[in-house]
Amino acid sequence: MTPRAEAAGRLLAELPPAPAAWCSGLRKRYRRRLAVDDVSFAVGRGEVVGLLGPNGAGKTTVIKILLGLVRPDAGEVLLLGRPARDPRARARVGYLPELFRYQPWLTAAEVLRLHVRLAGVAVPDGERRECLAAVGLADRAGDRVGGFSKGMQQRLGLAVALVARPDLVVLDEPTSALDPIGRADVRDLLLSLRDRQVAVLLNSHLIGEVERVCDRVVILDKGRVAASGTLAELLGGREVRLRLSEVSAAAEARLAAAGRLIRTGDEFAVELPAGHDPAQGPDTVPDLVADLVALGVRVHAVEPGRISLEERLLDILRTGPGGDHR
Amino acid sequence: MTTRIVLTVAALTLQEAARRRVLRSLAVMTVILLSLSAWGFARLDAEFGTLTSGEARLAASTVLNLVMFGLSLIAALGTAFLAGPTMAGEIESGTALAVLARPIRRSAVLLGKWLGLVVFASGFVAVAGLAQLVIVRVTMDYWPPAPVTGLVLLAAQSTVLLTLGLLLSTVISPMASGIVAVGLFGATWIAGVVGGVGHALGNEGVERVGAVSRVLLPTDGLWRGAMHAIQHPALGAGLPQGFDGHPFLSDSPLTIAYVAWSCLWLGLILALAAIAFHRRDL
Repeated sequence: MTPRAEAAGRLLAELPPAPAAWCSGLRKRYRRRLAVDDVSFAVGRGEVVGLLGPNGAGKTTVIKILLGLVRPDAGEVLLLGRPARDPRARARVGYLPELFRYQPWLTAAEVLRLHVRLAGVAVPDGERRECLAAVGLADRAGDRVGGFSKGMQQRLGLAVALVARPDLVVLDEPTSALDPIGRADVRDLLLSLRDRQVAVLLNSHLIGEVERVCDRVVILDKGRVAASGTLAELLGGREVRLRLSEVSAAAEARLAAAGRLIRTGDEFAVELPAGHDPAQGPDTVPDLVADLVALGVRVHAVEPGRISLEERLLDILRTGPGGDHR
Repeated sequence: MTTRIVLTVAALTLQEAARRRVLRSLAVMTVILLSLSAWGFARLDAEFGTLTSGEARLAASTVLNLVMFGLSLIAALGTAFLAGPTMAGEIESGTALAVLARPIRRSAVLLGKWLGLVVFASGFVAVAGLAQLVIVRVTMDYWPPAPVTGLVLLAAQSTVLLTLGLLLSTVISPMASGIVAVGLFGATWIAGVVGGVGHALGNEGVERVGAVSRVLLPTDGLWRGAMHAIQHPALGAGLPQGFDGHPFLSDSPLTIAYVAWSCLWLGLILALAAIAFHRRDL
């Protein structure tokens, strides 16, 4: 190797790794219906990103385009730094489809062996068994998939997505067929993936699930990105709700100084600035209450409020994106 | 890399055929046909005791062609209804999603399926066909002039049909692809018979029906080649008076050009199937 090539190699090695998944300007039309329209987003290495949106927003189509299962009319996709046209881009990608079905005539262990072989990696027997155990199928390894319930097939699908040591896992509605215990298991699994620096793209209707495990959220509506950002960015700050009487103009000015104020009769809602956590800045709310009392206001109730992702999602879908969250 | 995927998928296809009901129904149908033919040949020998041994062999050879046609029909039905569900069924059910999201080319999966089905069909033709030949040997003391060529051509006929089934299954539903493939197979056979009648009557227009259909779908042409390899050499030299246009006798062996065309046809259809499958949204 020439010194120049070596230097170039060193330079490349020092570059930050390419995102786990990156897409730009994706567009897909099914006959007259535009299913995906100019969708761009990225999933960083080790990042857990939630894909949210109403039915028919184009989430599954976007996922299928990323994985080369659907051909986009326009746009580019990179998986782990390789263009998705090249099948090798998917070498370290695991996928659980929304429509999960596995060869009914194979046993669970055989399905995993098949997928390991197709992925072109050598995963020892023990590791495959651990993978089945991680999704709660350890004692069903030798049973034919044809006899599995929907929930068990979805668990098997999770094992298939995880078995070939992926760097990126794409899960399309991973808990749609699972009972509450199964959902909790999936949440733990997602958290363990995040700990192991495995990137995850999660499409789920269960907003609570997304809120608990995702670093960032991309909201799709009618085939377009309606909003995207970290949870803190999307949800804005926390709220404090107060019920007050004898509020003077000075008191109202004091309230407005604390944050964006919404008044409905005796009810006052103050939106504290973004990133502000009452637990971290313990004095903001007590100070505000003390000042209000000093101004002669009678305080009946003080409640912490938090804008949930669900409220924010509905807000975005009903009124359109806030603009500043793009 | 790609070879490994092709072989993995081929092995999977064979495993599927072995573990699904299609193999059992195929085995049952074959055993019924073989036992019926064994009984029939035994009766033939007993009833026509007055025939000379030469005449008996000619009769055996003609009936053997008929039974072989039944066998090729089973192979055709079996593989066409196996080829359809294996592609279209997996796309419809969603099984294909998880498989095709792996770092593999769709054409490798298609080629693997094709290879698995070809091995399956050829294995069936070899076992059932050989059993049939042994039955005729035991009951009627007749052994065809070119048994290997005959069986190879029968296997080739199944291969042609399953390749067509595979192409159809990349664009239409599983059941429809099986039905269309078998329908075309039947239509070509009938066109072949019509062509034979045209030949016997010296009507070139009608004769051409058979020739054209044999080029469009080589199943009937290969079947006629197989018949020629199985039937008694005395019949091959030229059909006796009154046997012109007989649907279960063939008057000439296959030409090299026709075999070459059949190979080219297979390659073309397989390539078309690969393109159709590659472009398909799942």
